[in-house]
Amino acid sequence: MAPFAGWNMPIQYSGILEEHLHTRTSAGIFDICHMGEFLLKGDTAAQDVDALTTCKISDMLPGRCHYGFMLNDNGRIIDDLIVFKLKENEFMIVVNAGTIDKDKAWIKLHLSKQTHFEDISDKTAKIDLQGPLSGEILSSLTSADLGAIKKYHFTSAKVAGVETLISRTGYTGELGYELYFPSDKAAVLWNILLGNKNIKPIGLGARDTLRLEMGYSLYGHDIDENHTPLEANLEKFIHTDKNFVGKDALIKQKAAGAKKLLVGFMCEGRRSPRQDFDVLCGEETAGKVTSGSFSPCLKKAIGLCYIDTAKAYLGNKIILNSGNINIEAVITKPPFYKKIPRQY
Amino acid sequence: MIPGDLKYTKDHEWAKIDLNHAVIGITDHAQKELGDITFVEVPETKTILKQGGALSTVESVKAASDIYAPVSGEIIEANEALADKPELINQSPYEKGWLCKIKLSDPKEASKLMDARQYEEYLNTLKK
Repeated sequence: MAPFAGWNMPIQYSGILEEHLHTRTSAGIFDICHMGEFLLKGDTAAQDVDALTTCKISDMLPGRCHYGFMLNDNGRIIDDLIVFKLKENEFMIVVNAGTIDKDKAWIKLHLSKQTHFEDISDKTAKIDLQGPLSGEILSSLTSADLGAIKKYHFTSAKVAGVETLISRTGYTGELGYELYFPSDKAAVLWNILLGNKNIKPIGLGARDTLRLEMGYSLYGHDIDENHTPLEANLEKFIHTDKNFVGKDALIKQKAAGAKKLLVGFMCEGRRSPRQDFDVLCGEETAGKVTSGSFSPCLKKAIGLCYIDTAKAYLGNKIILNSGNINIEAVITKPPFYKKIPRQY
Repeated sequence: MIPGDLKYTKDHEWAKIDLNHAVIGITDHAQKELGDITFVEVPETKTILKQGGALSTVESVKAASDIYAPVSGEIIEANEALADKPELINQSPYEKGWLCKIKLSDPKEASKLMDARQYEEYLNTLKK
């Protein structure tokens, strides 16, 4: 167990490698109750969410959710988030745990008077169910038609008798669902899910290796208030055909060209570069590692680093250095782990 | 179980001493604390070590840890199998997970190490 954003979080249950491989081959549940959830309601809620985030809200239908960012005036990332359109004038924004307070302050600063804001983090539990068997397992506990829930869609239904928002989203690259429901039911639903013989509980350690194999960014490491989504190579989540805080700065940066980029790297061996290792190109220091770990599926080290744009091309050979440790790597486009696509 | 025929350090290395030679590894307690071991820097033969000097680095998914030499001497053999199978240390810390064999330069040093009973008592003090 380890402290994280005021919560006591399990790093591992049976072991990181075993949990990781179990999620890739069967199904795992993740206790993600620490994450923040905000509710925004009212006739002006849609325009507020549109202005506050990079998500395009105007053509979004209820039952859809979008991944995006909340940016400051300089276009740098205050947080990454998912916006759920619950009803025409009602939205839920899911944010990281460590950023709840600053997000809340920023949102309130930009909110219309008529928009009702509520932090529902404490009364909302979140369990992620991820893995190739997650659909089968979940359908045995709910009458919802899971086949109808496409990626980045959600529905409301009872799961084992608990009123739940079932979202086809995840942080593993596997088929999976994220379940939001009243926090007083957290232990009950957790134990019901654990009763399934194909499910194992998965800790934060494997959550990190699973997301890294997909090349997904982790806030506070790969993305933060020192970087823009353009630098983080996440431009596809930016909609410049609408207005939002930070847009002008992004347009300027796009025209001038970002000076550094977040790229993936793969090492030949098992030794893992860690956060803050220097990135060397020849003799030159050209960047810094933001995430690095052993990949349980590939059996070699992988990671993400910021590197000078001129050096950020696929196949470029780099050295990741700390003290007398030098690890050779090649710039590689994520996802690092590619599986056979599965349809539910 | 802590094997009775080995000597131990406070950093959780073990040494199996046989006259002028010692086989070195890390203890069951150490491998449990580290979790799944994903990388071992296999020691290079002919390296001259001093007691307490850096011998190797092992990595788990989350962290890297240094291993120190329990005795002084020259590395005469290393467990090359650990390069591809670092999990041998988790599975068999006292047998298949051995790190290297050292030719002792000062056999008297072994008296500075703990025996099994002392190491067990030491582990108990860590639990408090």
